[in-house]
Amino acid sequence: MVTYKLPHKEFNEALKSGKLMGFKCNSCGAYTCPPKINCNECASMDMEVVEFKGRAEIKSYTIIRVSPEGFESEVPYIVALAQLEEGPNLVGNLVGVDPDKVTDEIIGIKVKIGWKPAPPEVKYCGPIGKDGKIKPEMVAITFSLM
Amino acid sequence: MRKVCVAGVGMTKFGKSEKSSIEMFAEAAMEAIIGSNIKPSDIQCLYLGNVFGDFEEGQALMAPYAAREIGLSVGTPSLRFEGACASASMAIRDAFVAVAGGFYDVVLAGGTERELAMGTPLATRTFNMATEQYYEGMTGLTFPGVFAILSRLYSKKYGIPLSKLKERMAMVAVKNHKNGAKNPLAQFRKEITVEEVLSGPMIAEPLQLLDCCPFTDGAAAIIITTEEKAKKMVEKPVYILGVGQGSGAPLYRQKDFTLIESRVAAAKTAYAMAGIEPKDIDVAEVHDCFTTAEIVATECLGFFDFGTASEAVEKGETQIGGRIPINPSGGLKSKGHPIGATGAAQAYEIVKQVRGEFVERGTQVEGAKIGLTDTLGGDSGVICNIIYGIKG
Ligand SMILES: [Zn+2]
Repeated sequence: MVTYKLPHKEFNEALKSGKLMGFKCNSCGAYTCPPKINCNECASMDMEVVEFKGRAEIKSYTIIRVSPEGFESEVPYIVALAQLEEGPNLVGNLVGVDPDKVTDEIIGIKVKIGWKPAPPEVKYCGPIGKDGKIKPEMVAITFSLM
Repeated sequence: MRKVCVAGVGMTKFGKSEKSSIEMFAEAAMEAIIGSNIKPSDIQCLYLGNVFGDFEEGQALMAPYAAREIGLSVGTPSLRFEGACASASMAIRDAFVAVAGGFYDVVLAGGTERELAMGTPLATRTFNMATEQYYEGMTGLTFPGVFAILSRLYSKKYGIPLSKLKERMAMVAVKNHKNGAKNPLAQFRKEITVEEVLSGPMIAEPLQLLDCCPFTDGAAAIIITTEEKAKKMVEKPVYILGVGQGSGAPLYRQKDFTLIESRVAAAKTAYAMAGIEPKDIDVAEVHDCFTTAEIVATECLGFFDFGTASEAVEKGETQIGGRIPINPSGGLKSKGHPIGATGAAQAYEIVKQVRGEFVERGTQVEGAKIGLTDTLGGDSGVICNIIYGIKG
């Protein structure tokens, strides 16, 4: 039997307690985050769960002005692609920055990883519970300026 | 491996439709069947692309209902293909695999989709279901957002100022609308200008409204069969010379999203199977869901060196009459993008291009013998490339 070492639920519980968790590969040394069953570089399962530094650099971003259903109250908001110091990329919301004033100077800026809860109206994102709403563990990864 | 051909093709007018997904597919399928000079009972399997049936119409299990709607016999298997925007190309590729491998002689492949009745918020939401949901979905990232992020990565990587890139992106939209204006089946038959693109409402910065393809209702279908049978069915059988398909990781796992690796891999497979190079392609229907998407796709397909495709657009190299005409149908941008059907509509265009049927319409690529379709699903989760060609 194979056991998934760091499923989404555990990753998010750690994220909510302020820890960004992922893997370090014992075969090739590469880091994998968000988690998956084997190393993102060499597919080895010989990986250790490690806490990441939780710091990244903004690579690109967009300002969402037309949102999906459930995110209307958030508009405008910034979604960014950032590279963790350990190597992997994450997609998250850039928070604490005015979407109407952000410029390309934000590219290259160092940010720290956090989280924010789902907007209450969001449906169809991860498993849906008996109340017809998404599970409370569904949160967005965030980036904030250091 | 047996030689595989396309016989008949069919598609509905793209745009707003009051018909159900199955009714639209029935129209496209019957046109393909009639054009192949066969009967529904001659078809041995149905491969149907559809993505939103469950959400938009509350209708799952669409494939068997579509099969019996058009009169396929009760013993005919029918399968639904879901690969987001690449669903129908996946269906066509698998039909090719089944016929090439000798399991079936005649397969109906295609797709159908309804999107317009949902309205923008729900349609945007359902499209977003194709992004990764657990680690990315909760950010509210949209598909325009994905290609907006790509636009900035591209601008930075190649040192093309964003304002310059935006102008060239607008030229992609202008070109595709110019072609689509001549296509009676296109959703938008209207030429636009660079100024109109650049003054449109912002959707996901830096993408504006006219950088984005529309929501569309429509269906398309093609008959895939052996060389031997195709020669009996139609005057000009079109060969499927090569196919390739790749599987891409979620956006956060793409090391360099400007070099869409699943596309590079899929195209390489298709070219190798066809025994040709990118320079041998006479015409291509390329996945222009957003203007940047077309620019990046034409580089990954090998038509232009990486970082140079936007300049090629400016020079007119992708116009009809240019070095490599891209999207003579109007593309997803102007023809429309009913995602479950899009790949089959691309096939419809390329099959007719290599048969030389668009002279009257004014969009015929002169002397086109070999054409390629390129379809992307999600943020490159699926890329499917198919090369079509005609003898002589
Ligand atoms: Zn490894």
